[in-house]
Amino acid sequence: MDISELKAIAKELRVDIIRMLTAAGSGHPGGSLSCIDIIVTLFFNKMRHKPEDPNWSGRDRFVLSKGHCVPALYAALAKAGYFPREELLTLRKLNSRLQGHPDRNRLPYLEASTGSLGQGLSIALGMALAGKTMKASYRVYCMISDGECQAGQVWEAAMAAPKYKLDNLCVLLDYNKIQLSGAVDNIMSLEPLLEKWRAFNWNTMEIDGHDFKAIIRSLDDAEKVKGKPTLILCHTTKGKGVSFMEGKWEWHGKAPNRDEGERAVQEILARP
Amino acid sequence: MAAKATRVAFGEALARLGGENPRIVVLDADLSKSTMSDYFASKYPERFFDMGIAEGNMVGTGAGMALAGMIPFICSFSCFVTGRFEQIRMSIGYSRANVKIVGTHSGIGIGPDGYSQMAIEDIALMRSLPNMVVIQPADGVETERAVEYIVRHNGPVFLRLTRQGVEDINPPDYQFRFGEGVILRPGKNVTLMATGGVIGNTLKAAAILAGKGVDAQVVNIHTLKPIDRKLIAQIGRSHGRIVTVEDHGITGGLGSAVSEVVAELGRGRVKRVAVEDYGESGDAEGLYRKYGLSEENIAARALELLQD
Repeated sequence: MDISELKAIAKELRVDIIRMLTAAGSGHPGGSLSCIDIIVTLFFNKMRHKPEDPNWSGRDRFVLSKGHCVPALYAALAKAGYFPREELLTLRKLNSRLQGHPDRNRLPYLEASTGSLGQGLSIALGMALAGKTMKASYRVYCMISDGECQAGQVWEAAMAAPKYKLDNLCVLLDYNKIQLSGAVDNIMSLEPLLEKWRAFNWNTMEIDGHDFKAIIRSLDDAEKVKGKPTLILCHTTKGKGVSFMEGKWEWHGKAPNRDEGERAVQEILARP
Repeated sequence: MAAKATRVAFGEALARLGGENPRIVVLDADLSKSTMSDYFASKYPERFFDMGIAEGNMVGTGAGMALAGMIPFICSFSCFVTGRFEQIRMSIGYSRANVKIVGTHSGIGIGPDGYSQMAIEDIALMRSLPNMVVIQPADGVETERAVEYIVRHNGPVFLRLTRQGVEDINPPDYQFRFGEGVILRPGKNVTLMATGGVIGNTLKAAAILAGKGVDAQVVNIHTLKPIDRKLIAQIGRSHGRIVTVEDHGITGGLGSAVSEVVAELGRGRVKRVAVEDYGESGDAEGLYRKYGLSEENIAARALELLQD
């Protein structure tokens, strides 16, 4: 899929995210909007997967470790054809398959149940390690948040992946620099972040996480690296696409009301 | 009667089963020479992964491997692996990942290392997760049969093992029946219901009671979850007196599991023999005496129940 098509899908899914969250009355718009361009590139450009055969053993895996941003993933799965788009509006409702945080038993197209930050990378690492052990050719993509890197388990996993030379593992770090209660730098700074991953023996790259060309190129480059896992530090904007949400920690975990939702949708649609 | 630690029987069984089932993988956290996962590691190095002293990541890695179709055994001292409860509840329990959690060095019976290495809360923690099976074998042959069962069981399992040697109480041709208590000694006045390494002392307690004219039944509960409700109901309908014995804290273990059923049935009475404080360093026998797990104390508690 070319970049103009990816852009069109990202725009459509941003609208879906806002509509889902507005209907749900709670949830996390900021981080969903910051990571959607990356998720769109993965699902519609990079990953080998078959919506008509979701259990295909050769599929590439995507683990959303920052589980609170699952509206972005639900929107992508629906768009790819895994389930009907109307189901998106059941998000966070009783008996819905679309739990507030990913539950792979209710919605089997999800690779992992996440939402307790710090754990998803270990699960992705296990999938990559299993792939190597079974000599399977699938790749594992894992999206982590910046605030999540404050959790020790992330660094336990960061130590383990290079030991096992997991070049089938690619981590995308959504560096939107805002967490629930403020700026990451103020809550618990991660800097120098890229250097940390490099020191843990990862192949590292740094890109603009809203630049489709850069995302595609970095994912392609990651696939060529042998003997090391790759971390792509994606600089993003919290709430990207909705001006009144952009860069605001207040929109980390608050759903727009009906009026705000409508304004957000109009703005997304009006942007080029 | 040989005295083999159940961790040794586990290590041997796993190394044997590894040859039969290529989906078995084993993860350890720098304790493979103590958990005895080392036996598997030396036979199948390509399916053994030392994750270092990072149990939280080991839990998640095991979950990921299970989700990819393998059967991971994740091994450490029980306090360290079950101590990663939040990872276990999310990445294994809620995810319904087919991971086998193996906790060795359970209870105060580990002796000189002291409390920091003693798991006496592990059964309580693991029992709280809806889909977690909890198994504690009592001797070598039961461990071997239990490990075979665990490989076949599809879903998360917690296997609790001892550091110290335990006497053989089962015959060599023993069959493991998941979820069913094993009557080791018939008796009609009181039931001593024990699990794991303290079964030896419990049998001795029954002998003491016999000397005082009390006919005590001894039951081995190897499956703590799901607990054998049928057997407990049967006891409730007969004499109704149960003394539970375990090398675990008094809250949330075997005594709690049995009490819950007895309370629901509304028939029978329970006395719990278990550890009622943090443990400490010492020899296992001395610790069992001090913390009430000696045969004398078990017998005394049974007599109390008979006299109440």
